[in-house]
Amino acid sequence: MSDPITKTVPGLAPEVPLSLPTPIRQSLPNGLQVNLVRRPGVPLAEIRLSIPAAHADLAAADLLASALFSGTENASMTEIAQRLQTVGGALGAGSDPDRIAVSGNSLATGLPELLGILGELLTAADYPDGPLEVERSRMIDSLSVAEQQPDFLVSRALDARLWGDHPYGHQQPGADEVAAVTRQAVQALHASRIHPAGARLVIVGDIDPDAAWAAVEKYLSAWNGAGEPRTMESLPDLRPGPIVLVDRPDSVQSALRVAYPAIDRSHPDNAAQHLANLIYGGYFTSRLVMNLRESKGYGYSPRSHVDHNPAGSFQLTAVDVATEVTAPALAELYAELRGMADNPPSQDELDLARRYALGSIKLATATQSGVANYISALAAAGLPLSWLAEHSERLRSVTPEDIKRVAGERMSPERAVTVILGDGAEIRDSLAEVGAIEAR
Amino acid sequence: MTVATIPAPAFAIETYRLDNGLRVVLAPDPGAPVVGVAVVYDVGMRSEPEGRTGFAHLFEHMMFQGSHNVGKAEHMRHVQSAGGTFNGSTHIDYTDYFNLLPSNGLELALFLESDRMRGPAITEENLENQVSVVKEEIRVNVLNRPYGGFPWLKLPPVMFDTFPNAHDGYGSFGDLEAATVADAQAFFDAFYPASNAVLSVAGDFQLDTARELVQRHFGDVESRPAPVLPSFNEPDLDGERRESYADERATLPAVAMAWRTPDPVTEMDEFLPYVVLGELLTDGDASRLVERLVHQDRTATAVAAHATFMAEPFASRGPTALLIQAFLPPATDVDGLLATVDAELARVAEGVDEAELDRVKARVAAQLLRGDDSVMGRSRRLATAEIFHGDARVATRFAALLGEVTAESVAGAAASMTPQRRAILEVVPGGEQ
Repeated sequence: MSDPITKTVPGLAPEVPLSLPTPIRQSLPNGLQVNLVRRPGVPLAEIRLSIPAAHADLAAADLLASALFSGTENASMTEIAQRLQTVGGALGAGSDPDRIAVSGNSLATGLPELLGILGELLTAADYPDGPLEVERSRMIDSLSVAEQQPDFLVSRALDARLWGDHPYGHQQPGADEVAAVTRQAVQALHASRIHPAGARLVIVGDIDPDAAWAAVEKYLSAWNGAGEPRTMESLPDLRPGPIVLVDRPDSVQSALRVAYPAIDRSHPDNAAQHLANLIYGGYFTSRLVMNLRESKGYGYSPRSHVDHNPAGSFQLTAVDVATEVTAPALAELYAELRGMADNPPSQDELDLARRYALGSIKLATATQSGVANYISALAAAGLPLSWLAEHSERLRSVTPEDIKRVAGERMSPERAVTVILGDGAEIRDSLAEVGAIEAR
Repeated sequence: MTVATIPAPAFAIETYRLDNGLRVVLAPDPGAPVVGVAVVYDVGMRSEPEGRTGFAHLFEHMMFQGSHNVGKAEHMRHVQSAGGTFNGSTHIDYTDYFNLLPSNGLELALFLESDRMRGPAITEENLENQVSVVKEEIRVNVLNRPYGGFPWLKLPPVMFDTFPNAHDGYGSFGDLEAATVADAQAFFDAFYPASNAVLSVAGDFQLDTARELVQRHFGDVESRPAPVLPSFNEPDLDGERRESYADERATLPAVAMAWRTPDPVTEMDEFLPYVVLGELLTDGDASRLVERLVHQDRTATAVAAHATFMAEPFASRGPTALLIQAFLPPATDVDGLLATVDAELARVAEGVDEAELDRVKARVAAQLLRGDDSVMGRSRRLATAEIFHGDARVATRFAALLGEVTAESVAGAAASMTPQRRAILEVVPGGEQ
């Protein structure tokens, strides 16, 4: 090492204000709501389409999303894929309990073609038998792999424990459910749910909004039809109880998941909750990461986040730790959770998290794909992109007393649901010293 | 689409060198009020000493443990306090450290990177702690999941004979536990001089301000000679090599095939057809192997081809390979799949349609541009272009260079991929079927 040079850490230059684009919002007569944003930078376009799908059959919706690109009455899967490739494009689809979503991107010059293909798929996807069977087999094969992954398994167990019979309680179909879906069921789901009414399209990129709107009108106006609208019931309250232990023999790590209550984005305490989560475990400088990773070396990636969904919100702490430290890691996790109210943050600790939160909003909206994702996510909660500016102002006024109060209301092991997946024979006894256990 | 219409990113790039040898890349773009700051060191897993597998990565962790003016965990605290994010990553041929911040944090990021360029604070306690953290990282990413390290950690030992190319870059627990403070100091002394690094800044800043700040913080970093990069070359295979291993958590058979390619740096013109070939084989439902194996024959549930082991054709040196990896439906015959891949390669070798080639090039261009959407990605790509290709500006020409690849050269690349030159690694599922 060279001779050390003692220096003072430089301060920050004056803060650069958040600058959000103002999306152009328009609707087609068929009900499709469209957000258009010109964001120069790279000559690309990003699209996000979200179609409400509450109470759709889970396996059928997954299969529909996988096979959406498998062909129409007029074009084979290969022809569709070739047309996409020609404009540097790609499209993908997925489903969750609330919606079926299509996202994609292309060279900016290729946006009309991208929308043209999207329009054809939405109005004429045919789910031909051969390709549908391929997609079904692939889903079943990848499920068999997923079911060997700790994160997938523990998420499935956690969803079931948290939400029970609510649709959120079962978000990953099993192979038997996928196998039972018929082509007719997929087509019927498309006919009843793939409609523009209530659907939202976001387009962001180095685009001319007028030309992009003209392309939307040209290619998506013919999309029509309406099914019976279904709404998703709110999530039930969390029911605390014993630790759920999911046995995974020979697991070399334990996956710890601790869920606790949260309020939604429109609640007056949301900004305080956002900061409380950061301070506890929401960023690297948090108490949880400093303790479990940097001090104890228990886990690579301890983390906590607030999960906002259309049906409700909750907070989740997750960490994977070596089998032999499972119980001490859980004890430390509980202590940090409890510590948020018992040992509330100083003004400095709060200010640090606040600056991080304010900066994160700038970073997340600095790219075309980030703007597209944020518009889409906020729209699902009925909020415009400009909500981020209002939220930023609310973040500025949160006090340590606010953190203590929101932590006291929700952040405690007694209000939490804990699910642990690991080698039961190795961890059961030591875990029992941390809390009561219910085996599954 | 023709080559002429492939767009290139539009931002200015300035490069220069400080007296201590540090190469600097500045790419101002006022698009959003954020700035990406990356430092890339020209050292990767290939350079770690025998008996110290995983050391390049462990050392990357140690670079976050503090330096002369920055305490343990303070690097993260300072960056996050400025509203920014940070990370580091260790690759086969380089190690990078990168920060993305609101643009008013530029000087802070430069200060932090310069402070640890003068030397991290390596203590027994920090080393022991980070060995534990790295072991948990390996458990998450390799040991506790199906197909962990397949094929990027598992295939090189089949294909290569020398330690630099063949060893496990994540490291054995034994080697990691044996690491000492002295090892870390020696590694820093050998591979982390300013003259072996590139500093790259992209995003919202003024050129003259950035030049002054770079000089202020990096100008007095000690001048030390850069290490001489040894040749890692070894002879091509003269006969097929094939191995297999059982994975208790795997449920599907899997196979990876690899063929040596020309050197990505010193033989770039000859290497680029392999990059295009990889995309032509497996990018999207219209690609050759996806159409044939997944949709027509149904002998694969997923297939992917990429040039270089970590799929970074513009940030790699030789010797390296073009890899094809496939996951097969349960109980599907691997030899049958290999024969079909051979047949499809032979078909490409007979000639490639220009329209097909143009489609593939358009998609490649879009993917490269997408990597430039974030100024953090941009700063990293510019830095690795400077490291490997001697000029950051080459990063803006990758799409155009791939656009110049001819149908004949792609066919030639496919023709070179004969069974005698390939290494094969098979995963035998041992999990619940």
